[in-house]
Amino acid sequence: MKKLTLPLSPEDIAHLHAGDGVLLTGVIYTARDCAHRRLFELLDAGKQLPIDLKSSYIYYAGPCPAPEGKACGSCGPTTAARMNTFAPRLLDLGLCGMIGKGEMSKATREALVRNKKVYFAAIGGAGALCGNAVKTCELVAFPDLLSEAIYKMEVEDFPAVVAHDSFGASVYAD
Amino acid sequence: MRTLDTSLISQCVYRLARKAGITLTPACHALLEQARDKESGAAKFALDTILENEQIAAREQMPVCQDTGMAVILMELGQDVHLTGAPLSVAVDDGVRRAYADGYFRKSICDPLTRVNTGDNTPAHLHVEIVPGEQVYITFLPKGFGSENMSRLYMLTPAEGRAGIVNAIVETARLAGSRPCPPVYVGVGIGGAFDSCAFLAKKALTRDAGTPNAREDVAAIEREALEKINALSIGAQGFGGKVTALGVACEIAPTHIAGLPVAVNIQCHCIRCEKETL
Repeated sequence: MKKLTLPLSPEDIAHLHAGDGVLLTGVIYTARDCAHRRLFELLDAGKQLPIDLKSSYIYYAGPCPAPEGKACGSCGPTTAARMNTFAPRLLDLGLCGMIGKGEMSKATREALVRNKKVYFAAIGGAGALCGNAVKTCELVAFPDLLSEAIYKMEVEDFPAVVAHDSFGASVYAD
Repeated sequence: MRTLDTSLISQCVYRLARKAGITLTPACHALLEQARDKESGAAKFALDTILENEQIAAREQMPVCQDTGMAVILMELGQDVHLTGAPLSVAVDDGVRRAYADGYFRKSICDPLTRVNTGDNTPAHLHVEIVPGEQVYITFLPKGFGSENMSRLYMLTPAEGRAGIVNAIVETARLAGSRPCPPVYVGVGIGGAFDSCAFLAKKALTRDAGTPNAREDVAAIEREALEKINALSIGAQGFGGKVTALGVACEIAPTHIAGLPVAVNIQCHCIRCEKETL
């Protein structure tokens, strides 16, 4: 397993290939269906986003509430394919990369190659293990969305696999 | 005639929900271990992680998956039971509400149009079947939606027959691909009507994983479909491998002479299902 610190450098990205196991440390932001729709509404209205895309990684996830003594409850990835509608535009605007589960569309993969970015697959269903890798969790935007809100998370040694790399290769069979 | 206060049903739903949210069924655990032992590379890493996660969830009493699901409850209510107290659906929802709050489970139920979250994971998805006797059998199935989204209903023609059924099951797994958290478990309804066929598929998911249908011709469909799904080589998390499905479970019911409904309900590798008799 390759240990990596976010944000990744261009050198890091150049050395990542589909299928590589990694442990990610750094800051990520959760966003799923509803939060993405809100981000697009803000973009379309020409307003400022609550996160700076150029320094952000989006984790497609909605955590369980944090029990006493923990930063975060269970927090595994959700199906990334539902965010294909949004991912290419966000990547073109500078988004650093995404973490989710399952393969993404051809359009998203092309946007990853075009922008030299990587999509990581976390292990779907491993909610407790992923949640324990979250060291801090802070609400950033859209509190009315509850678990679907945007949370800023500091993660440490978060396990994932390079799913779609910056060269167009994929861990999934075509 | 037995009198039963619905507060006891509420407490039972609470117990089942709390346990189901953090625990895989023993049958699921055994199938995951068997799958892990067959794999290598990224698929083995995924299955090792899934099994490690199961231990963490048990040790720390955390939800095994953050998608603690829609609260699906299958209730078989003895016809000699007289229920007293709060209305049944109110009692059931109360058990769900308290379990999801106390267990630090995610609340995942929202209005389909406004997408406003109900905030307490209610209403539960309650199915009641009246059966002989004076007991109440309650099954709690927290159903995640990454897999639910990959489910399909086919209204086949009688001419498509057995081969059509197997094709429908395998096609559903193929189209789902890496998205529903494979290795999946596949519930299949064969027969009935548009609505009851889908319910049969859901009910099939509550059978102990790996237990074949009692009818040999149905069990043969389960075996053939499983073999063909695993030949797709999607593997754990879609990383490629020998085990794409942990099992296929079919339930069957009489249908109309003009039709052959087949419903395929996909369940992820987190098979969580708890049962109790009152």
